[in-house]
Amino acid sequence: MFINACFSCTGQREFYGDSRGQAVSIDFLHQYILGNYRRLYARTLAAGINHFNQTQIVFNLLASGREVVPADKADESDLINAALLALPPQRVYGLFERLRHQRVNNRRTRAVMRDYLTRRPDPAFDAVKYRNKVRSAAVHAHLGFEDERSRFLFGKGKQTPFETGLFESYRRAGFAKESIYALPFTVAQGFAARHRIPQETFLERIGEQMTAGEKLRLQRSAARHDVDSLSVDLKKAPLTKLALYLLSMTVEARSAEQARYRGALEAAAKRALPKGCAPLGRIAAVLDNSYSSSGSSEKRRRPLAVALGVGAILEQAAQAYRSFWTGHREADILVRPRGQTDLATPLVDALAWGAELVVIVSDGYENAPPGAVGKVVRAFRDRIDPQGNTAVIHVNPVFDAEAYAPQVLGESLPTVGLYNAEDLMTMLGFARFAAGFAPLEELESYLAARVSEFLNGPLEARGGGS
Amino acid sequence: MTAGLSMNRLELSGLSIATSQIWGGVRLVPVLRRDAPGDLRLWKRSYKEDEASVDLGGRTGGPKSMYGSYVPHGLVVDWSGDGALKAAFGTRMARQDGTVLERDGHTARILHRMVKREDRHRLRILPLHVAMEGFLSLHFGGPEIAWEAYSKQVLKQGLSPRYERIAWGWELPALPEALRVFEIHDDQVGVLVFIAETLASAFIVPHPDDYRALHQTVVEDFFGPTLVHAGRYGAAIKIDIGFDEHFVKSIDDLRGALSAMQESWHAFQLDLAGGLIHQPLTGENVYRAGPFQLSRFMTGLKPTEENHIGEMIVRRDGTLEYLKTYRLSAAQTKRAFLLRQLAGHDWHIEHTAKALGQSKEQFVVRLEKAGFGYLLKDHVLRAARRKRR
Repeated sequence: MFINACFSCTGQREFYGDSRGQAVSIDFLHQYILGNYRRLYARTLAAGINHFNQTQIVFNLLASGREVVPADKADESDLINAALLALPPQRVYGLFERLRHQRVNNRRTRAVMRDYLTRRPDPAFDAVKYRNKVRSAAVHAHLGFEDERSRFLFGKGKQTPFETGLFESYRRAGFAKESIYALPFTVAQGFAARHRIPQETFLERIGEQMTAGEKLRLQRSAARHDVDSLSVDLKKAPLTKLALYLLSMTVEARSAEQARYRGALEAAAKRALPKGCAPLGRIAAVLDNSYSSSGSSEKRRRPLAVALGVGAILEQAAQAYRSFWTGHREADILVRPRGQTDLATPLVDALAWGAELVVIVSDGYENAPPGAVGKVVRAFRDRIDPQGNTAVIHVNPVFDAEAYAPQVLGESLPTVGLYNAEDLMTMLGFARFAAGFAPLEELESYLAARVSEFLNGPLEARGGGS
Repeated sequence: MTAGLSMNRLELSGLSIATSQIWGGVRLVPVLRRDAPGDLRLWKRSYKEDEASVDLGGRTGGPKSMYGSYVPHGLVVDWSGDGALKAAFGTRMARQDGTVLERDGHTARILHRMVKREDRHRLRILPLHVAMEGFLSLHFGGPEIAWEAYSKQVLKQGLSPRYERIAWGWELPALPEALRVFEIHDDQVGVLVFIAETLASAFIVPHPDDYRALHQTVVEDFFGPTLVHAGRYGAAIKIDIGFDEHFVKSIDDLRGALSAMQESWHAFQLDLAGGLIHQPLTGENVYRAGPFQLSRFMTGLKPTEENHIGEMIVRRDGTLEYLKTYRLSAAQTKRAFLLRQLAGHDWHIEHTAKALGQSKEQFVVRLEKAGFGYLLKDHVLRAARRKRR
C-alpha cells in the first residue's frame, strides 16, 4: 500500500481532494512505515517511486538517524547518496532547505550535504542558478569553499571582478544588459525584468541557455511574440511532459499538426520502453477521459496525460493494440476531458476484441454505474475465462487521501498507482506487490534485488518529475 | 397574467435519466435529452445587487403587490430560433433590466414583473421565484367574509406581508463541491438533486449547451430550510445493484447483464423521485410564448407527503422543456394546508376545525403555532390558550 501511494501521491491538489488532505495522509503513511519497517522504508528509494516521495523518504531518514540499526547504517547512507544523485538538483536543494528549516542538523546530514555538493558536475553553475539554496546549505552544513564560490556567495565586495566566467557575468548583469544572456534562464529572467527588456528580444537571445523543459513551457509565449529560435525537438521531450504539452493545446491546433505530434509521442514512448523488452501480445487500454481527468489547478490534466502516455507506451510494446476511451471516438491525440465515467462499456468492448492484457487507466471514480467494472471482471473471470488467459489491471494516476491508496475499482482486479507514464513498465512488474497480494518477505527480497541494481548499475536517466 | 387552473401530472416525456453521481450526502441524477431541436434556448443574466424587489402589479386602483428576495440571477428565454447565436456571443445580454438603487453601500434592484416580455421572441423570468410567488400568494387576499375573529389588519390587507424562510444552495453542506466534481454528460439537459435521499430540486433546461452554462447556477438556487440539517446529518445510501452473472456464457451475455444493471439503476432513481414525477399537480398558466406555455404548479399539499412547488415550460406537443422545482419543508406545507382548509370553509374557524376533527381552541392554537397568529384577534388567541391549559 505504501509503495503504491509513493507512485502516485505528490501532496498536491487533486480533482476530488485538496492538497492539505493529501499532505496529511501521505505524511502519516511515511511515519508509519518509517517507525515499523525502517529497512523496507529505506529500500523503497530504489523501487522507482516518484521524486516527491523520494525526497520525503530521505528527509525522514535523515531526521530520525538515531533510530537506525547499526548494521543497516552504511546501506542506508549509500541509498540516500545514490537517490540524491539521481534526483533533479532543484529537488535536492529544496530538500536541503527543508532540513535547515526543520533544524535537522546531525553529523550524517552534514556529510550528505557536503558529499552532494562536491559531487556536482558544475559547482559554479549551481552556485549561480540556485544561489540562495546553495548558500543556505553551506551555512547549514558548516561548509567552506576553497574557490571563488565563497566570495560569490558570502562576499560583500561587488566591485571586484571574478575570475570564474559565470560569476563575472552575474556581477556584470547588474548593470550590463549584454551579460544576462550568459546566465541560466531563470536567473536571467529576473535581470531581464529589472532592465525592462521586452519579452521577444529576451526570448530570442536567451534560447541557448534554456533547458528543454523551459523551452517546452514557453512555446506558447514564443509563438505569441513571433520568436522562432525556441523550436524544441518534440521527439526528445519526456513522454508525460509531452502529453501534458499536447493536451494544453486546443483540439483544432492538435488536429492541424496531428502527424507531427503523433510522431513525437511515438518516439517518446519508444524511449520510455526498457531496452530489450520482448513485445507483448494483444493489449487493450481502457482510458478514462471523463471530466475528472482534467485534474486540479495544481495538476492540470495530469490524469488524462498519464492515460495518453500509457496508451502510447502500450502501442509500442504490443503486437496488437487498441485503445477504448470512455467517451471519445476519434484519434487518441485529440482527446478532451469531458463527460461521465463509464468504464464498464469500453471494458466489455475490449474483452470482446480479444485482448490478452487490459490496462485500465482511471482515477477510480466510476459513476455510470458505480461498481460495474469490478462486477464485469469477476463475471468474466468466473464464467468466460476461468483459465485466466486475460489479465485486467487498473492503473491509477490519483492518490486518494482518505483511503491512503489510489482508489480501487473493485476487489476483482489489482490497482497500482502511477505518476509518470514512463514508469508503467516498472509498475507492471511491481503490480503483485503494489496490489498487496504478495507476502512481506517476497517484497523484501524483490526490493533487495532492486537495491543492488540501483547502487551498482548505471544510473538510468529518469524522465520528468516535478 | 392569465390564470387558468388545470390538473395534470408531471411526466418526463422526451427525457431519459442516467446513473447518479454521489458526493457526501448529495446525489445528482443527470437528465438527458437526445436531439434537442434548439429552437428554445435559455441563458443566464446575473444581478449583483444585495436584494431585488419585484413589482407584481395589482388591480387597477388597488394597492400594488411587491415581492422581495435576494435574486442572484434571472433567466432569459429565447424562442426566436437563433438564440444559440446570441447566447454564444453574449450580445444584448447586459440589457437594462429594472432600476438599480444604492444607499450607504446597500444596493437593490427594482424589477418589473416576475415574467417580462423583452422582445418579440424573448422573455425574462426569475427562476424559482415565479413558483415561490405563486405559493406565497396562495389565498393571499385573506378572508372574504369578515368573521369577527380575524384581526383588522387581515381584513384590510389580506395576509400581507407573507414570508417564508429558505436556504441558499451554497449553505447546503457538500452541494457546491458535488456540483464542482459532477461530470456532465454530453446530452445532459437537467439534474435531479437529492439531499440525504430526498428529492430537493429538479432542474431541466431545453438544450445541452444551456445546461453546461447553467450547471453551476444550481448553487445560487434556494432550497427548503430543513435540507441544511438533512444534508449535514443524512447520507446517501450506498446501493449495490445486483449483476446477474449466472447466465453469463459469452461476451454478449456480459453486455446484456451490464445493460440490465444500468436499467435497474435508472428505475431505482425514478422511484426515488416518485414524490414529484407522476404526481398530480395543481397548475396555473403564467405566460404563453408561441408554442410554449410557462406555468407554475404545486403538488397535493398533503402534510403527510413530500410536496414540491415549481415552474415549467411545456411545448405544445407535451414535451417538457424547462422545469425548476423547490421542495417545501414540512412547516411550509402545513401552513399552505391550513390556508387551503380555511379557504375551503369560507374562512369560518369553527367549521374548519370541525372538518379537521378538532375543537375550535385546538385549531386556533394550531394556527398560531404554524405562524398565523397575526391573522386572529388577540382575545381569541388568549381565550384559546387558556382553554387549552
